[in-house]
Amino acid sequence: MLDATPTTLVERKALRVNPAKTCQPIGAMYSALGIHGCLPHSHGSQGCCSYHRSHLTRHFREPIMAATSSFTEGTAVFGGGANLRQALKTIYQLYDPPVVAITTTCLSETIGDDIPTIIREATESGVIPDGKTVIHANTPSYVGCHITGWSNMTASMVKYLSERSGESRNQVNLIPGYVEPSDTRELKQMLATWGIDAVTFPDTSDVVDTPQTGHFQMYPQGGTTVEALKTTGDSLATIALGPEASTQAAIALEAKCQVPHHILDLPIGVAATDRLVQTLMEVTGTQPTDEIVNARGRLVDVMTDMQSYLYEKRVAIAGDPDQVVPLVEMLVTCGAKPVYVITGAESKYFRDRTQAILGETVPEAVIRDNEDLFYLHQLMKQEPVDLLISNVYGKYIARAEDVPFVRYGWPILDRVGHSYFPTLGYGGSLHLLCTIINTLLDRKDRDDADETFELVL
Amino acid sequence: MTDTARTQTDLERQIAQASQDVKQAPSPIDQNTTQTAVKDIVEAYPAKVGKKRAKHIVVRDPNQPEQTIDANVRTTPGIITQRGCAFAGCKGVVVGPIGDVVHIVHGPVGCSYYSWLIRRNQFRARANGRNFVNYCFTTDLTEHDIVFGGMTKLRQAIQEAYDIFQPPAITVHSTCPVGLIGDDIQGVSREMSEKLGISIVAFNCEGYKGVSQSAGHHIANNGFFKNWVGTNEAAEEVEGYTVNLMGEYNIGGDTWEIERVLEKCGIEVISKFSGDGSYDEATESHLAKLNLVMCHRSINYMADMMETKFGIPWIKVNFIGVNAFAKSLRKIAEVFDDPKLTERIETVIAEEMAETEAQLATYRERLTGKTVFLFVGGSRAHHYQELFADLGMKTVVAGYEFAHRDDYEGREALPNIKIDADSRNIEEIHVKQDPERYKPPFSEEALAKMEENKTLKDYKGMMPDMGEGTLLVDNISHHELDVLIERFKPDLIGSGIKDKYVIEKLGIPCKQLHNYDYGGPFAGFRGAVNFAKDVDLRVNTPVWKYVKAPWLN
Repeated sequence: MLDATPTTLVERKALRVNPAKTCQPIGAMYSALGIHGCLPHSHGSQGCCSYHRSHLTRHFREPIMAATSSFTEGTAVFGGGANLRQALKTIYQLYDPPVVAITTTCLSETIGDDIPTIIREATESGVIPDGKTVIHANTPSYVGCHITGWSNMTASMVKYLSERSGESRNQVNLIPGYVEPSDTRELKQMLATWGIDAVTFPDTSDVVDTPQTGHFQMYPQGGTTVEALKTTGDSLATIALGPEASTQAAIALEAKCQVPHHILDLPIGVAATDRLVQTLMEVTGTQPTDEIVNARGRLVDVMTDMQSYLYEKRVAIAGDPDQVVPLVEMLVTCGAKPVYVITGAESKYFRDRTQAILGETVPEAVIRDNEDLFYLHQLMKQEPVDLLISNVYGKYIARAEDVPFVRYGWPILDRVGHSYFPTLGYGGSLHLLCTIINTLLDRKDRDDADETFELVL
Repeated sequence: MTDTARTQTDLERQIAQASQDVKQAPSPIDQNTTQTAVKDIVEAYPAKVGKKRAKHIVVRDPNQPEQTIDANVRTTPGIITQRGCAFAGCKGVVVGPIGDVVHIVHGPVGCSYYSWLIRRNQFRARANGRNFVNYCFTTDLTEHDIVFGGMTKLRQAIQEAYDIFQPPAITVHSTCPVGLIGDDIQGVSREMSEKLGISIVAFNCEGYKGVSQSAGHHIANNGFFKNWVGTNEAAEEVEGYTVNLMGEYNIGGDTWEIERVLEKCGIEVISKFSGDGSYDEATESHLAKLNLVMCHRSINYMADMMETKFGIPWIKVNFIGVNAFAKSLRKIAEVFDDPKLTERIETVIAEEMAETEAQLATYRERLTGKTVFLFVGGSRAHHYQELFADLGMKTVVAGYEFAHRDDYEGREALPNIKIDADSRNIEEIHVKQDPERYKPPFSEEALAKMEENKTLKDYKGMMPDMGEGTLLVDNISHHELDVLIERFKPDLIGSGIKDKYVIEKLGIPCKQLHNYDYGGPFAGFRGAVNFAKDVDLRVNTPVWKYVKAPWLN
């Protein structure tokens, strides 16, 4: 497995091997699914749409519906306007979506299709029927990565839809970030328990984790409605979780509707979740419920009960900045040593925050953004680790180096549960922590000799 | 022949007949339902689109010997389609599986990422130990490269790939924006090939070329043919019955099961395009005496070109299904026309079929009479009808995602296919006879006889194998699939990942036939048993009974 990977680090300037990121439009497509009644539309060649749908389907094991402009060579030369108009005609006649969210691709961006103008003309000429919403995000694949795409589409929701009526509402906006539907559900649940009204967007719960009923719903019941999105301009405040995925929308909302914003780490681990709770206390002037306080207590209880199994464990982590930063913090809280921490994205947030967390506790840590899994593997070959945490692509490294492996992040194509069980908030963090500890314990059981094999751990 | 052999042959005859009967049977869906469904499908579209789509939907009528169907034309924008692009067909399907070669995708990161391992390209390292199938290589172009050009980066990336991995060859694949900015990937590859002394092949497979993956297959074949096929001039002739396996991608280990049986028959596989394929073997592929074409759509170009240049004849085979495999083995026997080989093949068929039949019988009992839809690829929607028929299951609707008319109507349709602007964009190589190496392995008389019998270079397509009233739907859309499921209520649908959960949300099991739902092999004799188990577990699992809550019954 991965036998061609040399232990010696080789400097590479041009060749990316085993990337730890992918392109913008897929993130934008996933974000768009978090609007109720939305049919994402990929403006480019068929392959982009096909690949994005396939990859999202593999991760969620759910229908991912999206249309495409089906560019051919002629379109690449003469522009995609005609294809988009034809696409909108076909879409409305056949699939009649309340919302269409257009994402661009490297092709349509390179030829310079002006999407807002095409949308305006299509509205004026009646191609887009009255009462229908069409939004777009520019998502060239040669800029940023899948998180940038998510961020751009989420910001587009604000730019196209948020309104300020002049009357403020006693509600908060919650932008949960590039997370699983289970995570968004967990956060909504926490706010509901607390009694805080919130508009959560995008909200992919009940969209990419729909119940099996024997009926296929093209537009499932979940997703933030356009009506709710419009009211975000009247909210008390915006809480944006995961700076890379959510800052842009929060700032756009403040610029457009003067809603103050708070940008926080994703609530992974006790410390990050505490900060979210404190911010909510500040914004609403209310106290968390006993249920929330007790959930915190249960998380801390497991941390204290089981910390010996994590203490000083060398961990390698790869993933998206918003997940990795608080995950590193959680592991450090438990006494573990994240020694290699990489992300595929280019991210100052990742560099600065990871450095701040690890600077004193694990000064030898290698922290790199804009990096690939090949590099991480080489580090692990040089000096081994006790645990690898990454998305599914890490399984090859884990097998090659015989290292215990926890799948975390996006995508996970070979296991179930990630879209059903949260890893955010006190309850979600408990679930993630248990997975990590149990993986290490499984390994201990496998490695222990018969005479030292323990019944109770 | 011994008594045992005779008994087995009788059994085999019975099985073959039963399978044939299922295949040729008329559709169990009544004609009225079929006609109404087609009408409703077409009328739901905007008028112009409906008119176009009507030509892609055909109700099979065996009394009309020359039914035609539209295929390989553009997808209407906005239709939710199963199709992918030229890049997916070139790197993703045909070139990618060559496992000891470094495949660099020149473009932004996405295309490379999405084509990383998802086709399950299984590969075993050869003696040189090189195996790159689990790796993903890209130049990861950024805005700066798109503005100023990516050729320097590509040159550097090739150098780095060579320095680190020492591959016997490198391929370069361009994605959409690279075509637009005009990076000369052919020039860079030529230059680096000279510098490094290894084969570096560039494929201009930008996603917008053609109308589907099919364009990419053609581009891939051209690249293979021009750069690899026959390039090992020092390779020495191989005695015996030698073949190349073409259009077989080793999903779930299919290639290995096929090779097991071929080897048992005494047939040697020289090279494979491209499941479990390797560079060195590809360069020696001109030494084979016969080309076996599995996926007609993805590789018929290459079989034709090899025949013209080297005189290697080709036959269409299908190794999916017990009877189909036996038939294909007999076709090989017919070509080599050697009593010893024929006898050996017959013995192998008898042995393998007896073993397989013993295991299939139980499943057949549980599956007979069930109906199937098949929407997959450019050959599998045809091939798998054979295997379903072996299990007593009738395919009532079938269609290809990216086929051409000849895949439906047979190669007789070839002269009638109009070349349009989209197909003109793909290079046609004009091949000439190689003055020294053109050596047909069979006598002129033998070849003439085989031409006459239509053994060689013939493919009748999917249509003749479908019974009266069955439905052929080319490039099906989500809307069409939805209507047909509601009206026909099949017991199983064979399709791909994008449809799988749509279908299953409707309470109907879906068997993925692109990647096999991570199972396999399904080819050959043992593969048929795996497939029967897999279909049984999907169709007959108790879980479907729980879809509806009991209080709703």
